[in-house]
Amino acid sequence: MQIYLPIAEVSVNIFLLLGLGGLVGVLSGMFGVGGGFLMTPLLFMIGIPPAVAVATEANQIVASSFSGVLAHFKRKTVDFKMGTVLLVGGLVGATVGVWVFKYLKSIGQVELLVTLSYVVFLGVIGSLMFVESLNAIRKSKKPGVLPRKKRHNWIHGLPFKMRFRTSGLYISVIPPLLVGVVVGVLAAIMGVGGGFIMVPAMIYLLGMPTKVVVGTSLFQIIFVTAYTTLSHAMQNFTVDAVLALILLTGGVIGAQVGARIGVKLKAEQLRILLAIMVLAMCAKLALDLLIMPSELFSIGAGE
Amino acid sequence: MLRKLIFILSFLATPLMAQESVVVDLSQNRVAITANFAGSEIFVFGAVKRDGPMAEGLAPLDVAIVVEGPLASTVVRKKEKRFGIWLNAEAVEVEAVPSFFTVVSTGPLDEILNEGDRRDFAIGLDYAIRRQAKETPGINVAEFSEAITRIRLDNGLYAERDGVLSLNEETLFNASIQLPANLIEGDYTARIYLIRDRNIVADTSVEISVRKEGFERWVYNLSRQQPLLYGLLSLLVALIAGYGASEIFRLLRR
Repeated sequence: MQIYLPIAEVSVNIFLLLGLGGLVGVLSGMFGVGGGFLMTPLLFMIGIPPAVAVATEANQIVASSFSGVLAHFKRKTVDFKMGTVLLVGGLVGATVGVWVFKYLKSIGQVELLVTLSYVVFLGVIGSLMFVESLNAIRKSKKPGVLPRKKRHNWIHGLPFKMRFRTSGLYISVIPPLLVGVVVGVLAAIMGVGGGFIMVPAMIYLLGMPTKVVVGTSLFQIIFVTAYTTLSHAMQNFTVDAVLALILLTGGVIGAQVGARIGVKLKAEQLRILLAIMVLAMCAKLALDLLIMPSELFSIGAGE
Repeated sequence: MLRKLIFILSFLATPLMAQESVVVDLSQNRVAITANFAGSEIFVFGAVKRDGPMAEGLAPLDVAIVVEGPLASTVVRKKEKRFGIWLNAEAVEVEAVPSFFTVVSTGPLDEILNEGDRRDFAIGLDYAIRRQAKETPGINVAEFSEAITRIRLDNGLYAERDGVLSLNEETLFNASIQLPANLIEGDYTARIYLIRDRNIVADTSVEISVRKEGFERWVYNLSRQQPLLYGLLSLLVALIAGYGASEIFRLLRR
């Protein structure tokens, strides 16, 4: 059954969209990631214009992170103060991101920017995860205690310190603000929540306790992606609510199935699987840039 | 002198020959793009009207039908290998490009009609794009116009089909025009030409209105006219869906 998407102005099979939403949902449920970094490139591949894919994915992420954060509210594992600082940075970053996106769209380079960002980030994150999970598997075979050092690095020398009670931290607001900005820019130009950048940054850079990291990042992601959705809707007219709703329907069902599969697999195995998937997606996008396309010309809107 | 004579003679001869005109009807004058729009087909039915008996010894009649979407200026980009990767390099803006263009005829266009008329009335894919882009030094602009035709031919927005139009008894004809699912809304026209001896002898045109309708129309209009409200509504839908999903699965887990 075909469905005509009113903003993307293409007709797509509705079961293909539900399936994609479901598949990415399963993966995000299994690995506890948002899945935006998988969904957006998949949308490019089925012929959704990149500008629409990015903006619509932001809208879908609002829904999935809202669904996720509710559980964290109940468990009180959200650091609101830290979330707010990250959010301020995120809004600044998203504003810059949408502005850059609009400019590049006008000179026809949006596709390049989005693809390059994906290749770089998927490549880096995928490799890091792959190496780390390999090490983890090796270590788990040898019995031994993991030393957990309290880090005291350059971050503690920065001014404008603030106390974050929930996280038990007393650090400068500059690093969380910068992390927020980076995530905001990524949300606007890549159509991702940015959890895959923010979570490691919060643990390793800011030294936040693991139990509040996921809830706090979801809290920030909701607002940043909501703001991104609004900006894209108002400046680029590229949010396709119908597309978002279909993906979302598949996504929420898939996420629950995925969460159940995830429980049965070991954490290291899960992470190595995810790393392989991320690297595969990265390789596919990189090849598109490196191999001569069969059609050199493309038609853009005449504005 | 001879040419003048022929002209006067042909003028005199005209009233003696039967005047031919063309009458057409379409299976639909409106195409509604609704949520489940998956392309459509328009049938063109036509008849040749004569106010007297057909003259003897005339060349056989040919018919060509051009269905065309709204014209728009279109940017075409060409990829080039720079810094080791393929990226959009040159861009050319081509004016007056039809969003949709299909021509059907009783025979090969270059055989049944003279080149001048084909160009002047844009009958044939090679004349679908009227105006060439502004000459830019160092850029082969013709290549860019050709690319538009090639890409749209590929995705079904452009087509040229010889011989699919059937003409019965030099009088009745019908043809079907395929509209693909990736249609853009706007005012389309169907132009019908009667051709004899490689010259156009009669023509007419009919409007076809292609519009998004119902829910599609509402969503599209809202997104353009009230972008803030549209964005907020999209968010509201997302929040309700997110909340709903977490509640439903909380109940299921019990």
